[in-house]
Amino acid sequence: MPVKLQISQLRKSFGEGNQNQVLALDRVSMSVGKNEFVGLIGPSGSGKSSLLDILAGLSLPDTGEILMDGKSLLGRKGEVSYMPQSDVLFPWRTILDNVTIPMEVAGIPRKEARKEAMGLLPTFGLESFAESYPKMLSGGMRQRASFLRTFLCKKDMMLLDEPFGKLDALTRMQMQEWLLDMWQKFQHAVLFVTHDVEEAILLCDRIYVLSARPGRVLGEVEVNLPRPRTSVMSTNSDFIRLKRNLLEMLKEGTGH
Amino acid sequence: MKNWPNIDKSRLSGKGAKGWLSLALPGSLLIALLIIWEMAVHLSGIEKWLLPSPSLILKSLWETKDLILHHSLQTLYEALLGLVIAVLVGVLIAIMIDLSTRIRQAVYPLLVVSQTIPIIAVAPLLMIWFGYGMTTKILVVALVCFFPIAVNLADGFRLVDQEMIRLLASMGASKGQMFRMVKLPAALPFFFSGMRIAGTYSVMGAVIGEWLGASRGLGIFMTRSSQSFLTDRVFASILVIVFLSLIIFGLIEGMARWLMPWHRRSDFK
Repeated sequence: MPVKLQISQLRKSFGEGNQNQVLALDRVSMSVGKNEFVGLIGPSGSGKSSLLDILAGLSLPDTGEILMDGKSLLGRKGEVSYMPQSDVLFPWRTILDNVTIPMEVAGIPRKEARKEAMGLLPTFGLESFAESYPKMLSGGMRQRASFLRTFLCKKDMMLLDEPFGKLDALTRMQMQEWLLDMWQKFQHAVLFVTHDVEEAILLCDRIYVLSARPGRVLGEVEVNLPRPRTSVMSTNSDFIRLKRNLLEMLKEGTGH
Repeated sequence: MKNWPNIDKSRLSGKGAKGWLSLALPGSLLIALLIIWEMAVHLSGIEKWLLPSPSLILKSLWETKDLILHHSLQTLYEALLGLVIAVLVGVLIAIMIDLSTRIRQAVYPLLVVSQTIPIIAVAPLLMIWFGYGMTTKILVVALVCFFPIAVNLADGFRLVDQEMIRLLASMGASKGQMFRMVKLPAALPFFFSGMRIAGTYSVMGAVIGEWLGASRGLGIFMTRSSQSFLTDRVFASILVIVFLSLIIFGLIEGMARWLMPWHRRSDFK
């Protein structure tokens, strides 16, 4: 599979001076193939957010390089579709006007943007909420809207930062299956950050495991489960073996 | 006039059965108080130049309605014009304060201290500098009203959700786009809570300006009436001042609802 994103030897620290410096990322290297769904799992404080910030162009690493389609991505904003942890819907905008934000930023005429978004609302299960305000929607629906907004950034590299972390278990399961369904349709390259092992196995082709601070890549695990996948698979023996693998890796990484 | 409450959502959305009660309760209390007042005046036989009864005040209001209308229009005009200037100046100051933390640190404390200067002491100075004309009154209104607008709006800009700014930044949005798409709409509720305070002060500001000397306006009408011991007319003008303030308040409230439709639908979930 051709490589979409190549991260090599990334190092990032915070704070001034030698004494107070905190190392967040240490020699992190990973890659995401075109049409590949890659997971990134690690305990809190493993520098996941720092990595996403750098990928989104919001901050720069101390050393290291990121290549996307062979070109450096460092410090370039608006090159990837970034979905933040909480839905960050603008309360003063209707759902339709929320999902068209990236197109508005890109300078696409309002009428055209609305038309395109309207066409996608049914696919995302939001057709009856076009003129609703975010506060009238449930958590799951808000997350769908947030995902559609990310989708309308129209970049074929997606960064999803624990998108379902704040949902209840049932909604979460529905959203995972829904996301799989969406991904099957559009086949973007995805980097999916989570701290839920089962979620990572269910969704991803490959999973990178990060250690606690400073974040280092402890290893990567191939998920050889057949697609399409459903949540029922989580009782299957291959799934459980993978889960044990990952949990042990995480345990070693935190040093306990 | 130095306090500025935070946004009160219930004021924007309260409707339905509770909304009806919120009118009926103060209304019936007011009527009860008026009845007590009316009876007390009649039973005690107090002189009407000391304390006129509510019915006499209404009668006098009716009899002088042309005269009072003539003065009211002047006061309303000054209040609205002063308010418009206050909005322009207030918004300008808020944007300036928001531009950099240095400017905020320099301007903000001075702004707060400036509000401890009583307007009643400044007004005669304005009179000396700008004369007895309308300019002085409009300036008094603007001076009283710009502060709540500036401070509330500046707070609104400052308290904007940083996650939204980050999200737009990741999309490659410009500073101008961030201001227009996030800061401005996010600060609107704060702006309107400043406007509500400013609106209620505006008529008072105009009346204070007119007290000191004017040819037309409710302030001078009140001064003349009280000097002639026409106490019923003083009360009648107070009634009109309350009414004018409510009109301005209503205009602001209407504008808030029109510009912030997302605020109205908070009853849904």
